[in-house]
Amino acid sequence: MTLDIIIFLVLATIAVLAALAMLLSDNAIYSALFLILNFSVVSVFYLMLNAPFIAMVQVTVYAGAIMVLFLFVIMLLGADKLRQPQTDIPWQQPLAILLGLVLLGVAAFAIVSRGSISIPSPLSDQMISAFGSPFELGKLLFTSYLFPFEVTSFLLLVAMIGAIVLTKEEKTKLHPRRPTKN
Amino acid sequence: MHDSSTAFSLSSLVPLIVVFPLLGVILNMLVGKRLGDPWAGIIASLMSGLAFVIAVLQFIGLFLDNFHATTITLAEWIVIGTLKIPWAFQVDTLSVTMMLLVTGVGTLIHVYAIGYMKGDERFHRFFIYLNLFIVMMLFLVGGNNYLMLFLGWEGVGLCSYLLIGFWFDKGANGVGNARAGRKAFVVNRVGDFGFVLALFLIFWTSGSLIFNDSFKYFEEKAKEHATVTAPAPAKAVEAKPAEGHGESEGPTTEQIATAITLLLLVGAAGKSAQIPLFIWLPDAMAGPTPVSALIHAATMVTAGIYMIVRSNVIFHLAPTSQMVVALVGASTAFLAGSIAMGQFDIKRVLAYSTISQLGFMIAAAGMGAYVAAMFHLLTHAFFKALLFLSSGSVIHGVEHGHHALHAHGGGGHDHHDAHAHNAQSDSHAAQASAASPDHHEFDPQDMRNMGGLRKQMNVTFWVYLIGAIALAGVFPFAGFWSKDEILADAWLIGSKQPYGVAVYVLLSVAAFFTAFYMGRQVFMVFFGGERTDAAKHAHESSWVMLTPLVILAVLSVIGGALNLPKFIPGGEALGKWIEHSVEVHAVGFNLTVALISTGVGLFGIFLSYLVYGRSPMMTMTDPLERLGFVFRFLNGKWYVDELYQAIIIRPIEGFATFAAFALDWDLWHDFFHDTIIAGGFRWFSGFLAGFVDKGIVDRFFDGLGGFVRETALNFREFQTGYVRNYALMVLFGVVAVLGYFLFVR
Amino acid sequence: MVPTSYYILLSAILFTIGVVGVLVRRNAIIVFMSVELMLNSANLAFVAFARAFQTGNAVNAAAMSGQVFVFFVMTVAAAEVAVGLALIVAIFKNKHSIDVDQVHQLKG
Repeated sequence: MTLDIIIFLVLATIAVLAALAMLLSDNAIYSALFLILNFSVVSVFYLMLNAPFIAMVQVTVYAGAIMVLFLFVIMLLGADKLRQPQTDIPWQQPLAILLGLVLLGVAAFAIVSRGSISIPSPLSDQMISAFGSPFELGKLLFTSYLFPFEVTSFLLLVAMIGAIVLTKEEKTKLHPRRPTKN
Repeated sequence: MHDSSTAFSLSSLVPLIVVFPLLGVILNMLVGKRLGDPWAGIIASLMSGLAFVIAVLQFIGLFLDNFHATTITLAEWIVIGTLKIPWAFQVDTLSVTMMLLVTGVGTLIHVYAIGYMKGDERFHRFFIYLNLFIVMMLFLVGGNNYLMLFLGWEGVGLCSYLLIGFWFDKGANGVGNARAGRKAFVVNRVGDFGFVLALFLIFWTSGSLIFNDSFKYFEEKAKEHATVTAPAPAKAVEAKPAEGHGESEGPTTEQIATAITLLLLVGAAGKSAQIPLFIWLPDAMAGPTPVSALIHAATMVTAGIYMIVRSNVIFHLAPTSQMVVALVGASTAFLAGSIAMGQFDIKRVLAYSTISQLGFMIAAAGMGAYVAAMFHLLTHAFFKALLFLSSGSVIHGVEHGHHALHAHGGGGHDHHDAHAHNAQSDSHAAQASAASPDHHEFDPQDMRNMGGLRKQMNVTFWVYLIGAIALAGVFPFAGFWSKDEILADAWLIGSKQPYGVAVYVLLSVAAFFTAFYMGRQVFMVFFGGERTDAAKHAHESSWVMLTPLVILAVLSVIGGALNLPKFIPGGEALGKWIEHSVEVHAVGFNLTVALISTGVGLFGIFLSYLVYGRSPMMTMTDPLERLGFVFRFLNGKWYVDELYQAIIIRPIEGFATFAAFALDWDLWHDFFHDTIIAGGFRWFSGFLAGFVDKGIVDRFFDGLGGFVRETALNFREFQTGYVRNYALMVLFGVVAVLGYFLFVR
Repeated sequence: MVPTSYYILLSAILFTIGVVGVLVRRNAIIVFMSVELMLNSANLAFVAFARAFQTGNAVNAAAMSGQVFVFFVMTVAAAEVAVGLALIVAIFKNKHSIDVDQVHQLKG
């Protein structure tokens, strides 16, 4: 039981608990906050996995942008105050939990029985800074994955437009003016 | 027998004998209605007369040709396999004799009919039928094969039917005449059935229906049979394979001949009114008098005799049949003669007399005395035609007297030969009440309404008397010679075989009857006082009607000269003549028989004088009625019709009714069709519709549909509309696939 | 060193939690957040594997591509969140509720 594992376990527990709390919380804002916590912890995991750039991006984009967006919407809609009224499908919850557990079981079984890839020897000194660095990432992005990169940018544009269009107010139809003879 | 080889022979003209009357038929059919009375009749008589001329020419031709028979073939009629039947005339002495008779007497009667049918609305039609009759009769007597004979046979039957029911709207209940015609036709049919079977047998055995060919076959067979001695079953007369019947030898020639001849007798019994098929002839008196004279006295009824004479070859081979024929003829003569004594209708007496005389002829033919048969045929034709026509004259006279009495317009007299004639019975009241209102209770044919007519109708009286005496067989009139010859034959046969004695006795008694009833008739009609006013006012008929009567009377007197006995110079003329065509055994003059028959005849006349002549009837009651039951029996015609009605007609009608109503209508139609078939079908279709279609098929498909619906409804539950459910499904799928890949593979 | 399977297991757990969250919660936003959680767990798995395949002294492009992929996932997730939230807002304007159970007009 090395220190790594202990740290891992502690952090993992926190992550899982945060996720669960997000799930179980009544208040949506609390859920969002728990999720942010979860993301933070995952970010630490990234650091541990020699992916510093990803870790940072995780914090800035995920926790910083996406979750903030969530919070905005929650507060806009007043979702935090929403109650859960009677459900029409009471069997949904137990069944879902059951299936989830089954899934977990199957996955765990797969991992435990087959996935014994251990992390190899630690990275060499040169690798520690090189692997996972923005440089390396960028190099790949702009060479091998250039096309997806560009497409992604386009995707973002589309998403932006979509978001705008979807939330646009229905302008009341103006009375069509008769084309006046000029 | 050869086909005439001379460039022109009179016999080649023989087809014309048929052509002329046929022409008359066609002419009258086309323009007869327009020509009307009397020109239609004149044309018809002319055509008949021309046919007579042709017949005379044939007569002369035969003399010139040494009496050789010739065959004039016109065309092939039927050629099927081995059956070959031509349209061919056989000109030999026998057929020419008949031709002369038919056309000669026929022409006379045509002329008579012009006067008799005067004023009738269907005048021309009568002469169409008469001419057609002549055509058919000539086919009958002139054909050279059995099928032509049969054609003529049926044809004259048809004409007889047409002419009997000529006044089809008159008669008892308005249908009496039509019924009489139908009765004649139907009874004839029974005889024809026998005839046709005989034809089949003749063809079957001899392979041909042509007279000469068939007879040659039979003669050869007979010779074979004669040469083959008895004990040779293996070498029996050649059995036709078709007649095997499993016996090693077929029926003998004699057996076949007997079968054929008996069947021919059945046919002759129908046509010539013998026992048991004579019942139609008295009813046939419903026809106009010329018809009765021509068809039912002189010609058609003699067809049976002609047929037997023509088939003499076959008859010779069947002595049993000959005996049967003779006995049938003799019995008929006896029976009919007795009935005639009890009849009141003038024409009925003559009708039964005809049946009786036909019996004489049939008996003669049966005994093999063909000359006697033909002789009597001829003489009988003369005086019977004479008697009928004269009776027509009498009836006319009485009718006119009745009319004059009741002042029912002179002019066209309606013809009432069948007036109020109940074809079934002669009872006075029944028929009278069924009469037209004009003549209620007056029957101009009833002899009791006559009496003393010799004063008013002198000529008629004299010719009638001549006819009666000739019929009675008094020397030296025609009837004496011919009847005598038959009796002599019977005597001769009687000396050899017992049945001849029976024949002789029956015929002699019949001769007695004949004399009696003719005397009775003459005395009742012409002597004594008039019993009714109508008789008082009767008057003589026109010369058109009287002339043929006179001619016939002359013939009745001198007719005996045709076949006088051998010892008289010029005797046996007819015999020698017929001999060329028919195998005859001449029988000599038998003085004993002659004396006996003359005595019998005179006795009959004397007796009738005693009863009817000495104290003539002044009332309607016949003196003979004192005989009570006997007279009633005779008057009722031995109740033969009633017997037939009971044992034949009634069961048949009953069966017909049963078949029609119970079987056909109730059982077949109602029950079977409606109930079983229709009902069954309805049930079945109902079953199909209900049980099968609705019950099974519908339910199946409904069930199927329902099942699908239920399933769909159930499956519908999956589509909850909730996103979470759908997501759950996805998860479920993921887990399944994952599990599959991890654990199964 | 922490074995990769630990990370993967953790990723699986987080994923499961995310799945259950999607299925159980009725608040649309919570559902959405669960989806983000799932995506995140996938990211974690990617990164773990990327690290696991980096051997040797030279940067293994294949290994690196794991992180590249995470980069893309995050981009897509961001875009998706933007659009998704806009949708939720739009639905809210109509129904005045973000209960996912309210949107069941597709009920068969």
